[in-house]
Amino acid sequence: MIFMLNQALAHLQGAPLATKAPVAHWETLASTAGGRAFLPPTRGTVYGTLLNHRDALAALGEQVNAAPYKAPPQAPVLYIKPRNTVVGHRVPVRVPGGATELEIGATLGVVIGRTASRVSEAEALAVVAGYTVVNDISVPHASVYRPSMRFKCHDGFCPMGPAIVARVLVPNPDALDIAVAIDGETVQHSNTAGLVRPVARLIADVTEFMTLFPGDVLTVGVAADAPRACAGQTVTITIDGVGQLENTLVTGAAA
Amino acid sequence: MKRAKVAYAGAIHDAVEHGAGLRLADGRVVAEEAVVWLPPFEVGTVIALGLNYADHVKELSKELTLTSKDEPLAFLKSPGALIGHRGQTRRPAGVKFMHYECELAVVIGRSAQNVKREDAMACVAGYCVANDYAIRDYLENYYRPNLRVKNRDTCTVLGPWLVDAADVSDPHRLALRTLVNGKVTQQGNTRDMIDDIPALIEYLSSFMTLGAGDVILTGTPDGVVNVNVGDEVVTEIDGIGRLVNTVVGDALFGR
Repeated sequence: MIFMLNQALAHLQGAPLATKAPVAHWETLASTAGGRAFLPPTRGTVYGTLLNHRDALAALGEQVNAAPYKAPPQAPVLYIKPRNTVVGHRVPVRVPGGATELEIGATLGVVIGRTASRVSEAEALAVVAGYTVVNDISVPHASVYRPSMRFKCHDGFCPMGPAIVARVLVPNPDALDIAVAIDGETVQHSNTAGLVRPVARLIADVTEFMTLFPGDVLTVGVAADAPRACAGQTVTITIDGVGQLENTLVTGAAA
Repeated sequence: MKRAKVAYAGAIHDAVEHGAGLRLADGRVVAEEAVVWLPPFEVGTVIALGLNYADHVKELSKELTLTSKDEPLAFLKSPGALIGHRGQTRRPAGVKFMHYECELAVVIGRSAQNVKREDAMACVAGYCVANDYAIRDYLENYYRPNLRVKNRDTCTVLGPWLVDAADVSDPHRLALRTLVNGKVTQQGNTRDMIDDIPALIEYLSSFMTLGAGDVILTGTPDGVVNVNVGDEVVTEIDGIGRLVNTVVGDALFGR
């Protein structure tokens, strides 16, 4: 399977299939007040990357040399967001019982277009179909030593979308501004220029031991001081040229 | 019924056990050696358990910083790491400690959310043998066990069969063992799991919706030893299957 794009791909809720259209088409639909929700634009495996922003790593400071970490990370710090976590633009996310607020992990999702195994840094961007906005939601937790799956794997904890924007429309994935707003007020700014491993290097280091397949998503990691939001609030993540992902946190029984 | 998924004569087939090997869904009967064995079902989320046998906890206790355990140590793997029966697993040149782990794999057959212990077994479609290799040289203390140790291409072997749950009278009373080049190196019994199957399903479904095709690798007992290129590693569980794997070197991969 090869998955290549020259515009943008999205899947409107209620539509039978994901479809390709110009970015502006999806932007209009995604920003229309009271508009329809979206399904996730891809169903591949979602791999998260942690401590890949220089400031996020710096925030750990000398802790990296103390127990339980004992040394700074060498390889990319990765984890998996299982399929039950993945939802689309405008789909409400339930705050689980016991949590008062959730951590908002705004990040760029790199969507793979060609099977990628042992890809060199120089060739890495050629395996990318496009980019999307990912909200890697967590129950706040301090330790990244051996965190419980409970913190990152609740249903709906990985909103993604609205669309996958073709790689050719995003000339430099390593210079993208990412803004998080809660109820319309901007609470965090970061930029992918701050990555420890820029996108191509990250793909190269990951595919050295693990094949990425078309439709898989590799996130580049979240910046330090991830904001928190609670039930009733609306979280909007905007990445320049990639899209604006909006989800409202809710309480109550699971759907 | 014992079910398999195999490649044969230009296509992928569902098959069942037959006195002469396998019977494909289209009626052809073929020998075990005539097919390429794939993981025996469409795999969704792969959940693995660390330290779920008391003797293995003791075996690894030197490197544990946690002494008391309040919830199962569960982590995620991706379908891309999986291979089937009679496959080849790569041992990178220069590593010192690569070991197998013989595990009972529990395959979920229906959607499961907030399932109580007493209802949990009704969610199980069947069982397989898993050999969940780890390469401990790559262990780092961030998001343990890190994917470079536990989610490498070719390093999760699953099969040969998916055995229907109805045909396994007591999955908590199954002898399991590993043989390296014909010599028994690991022995245990599923009755020694710390968290049994209903406990694991209750725990996981309390925060995530499990779906058909999700699989829980329930952990491994004491007795993991290093394996080398050329070794034949057989993980077997009485009544479930005998899963054969060969350890191969970098040369086959052009490395």
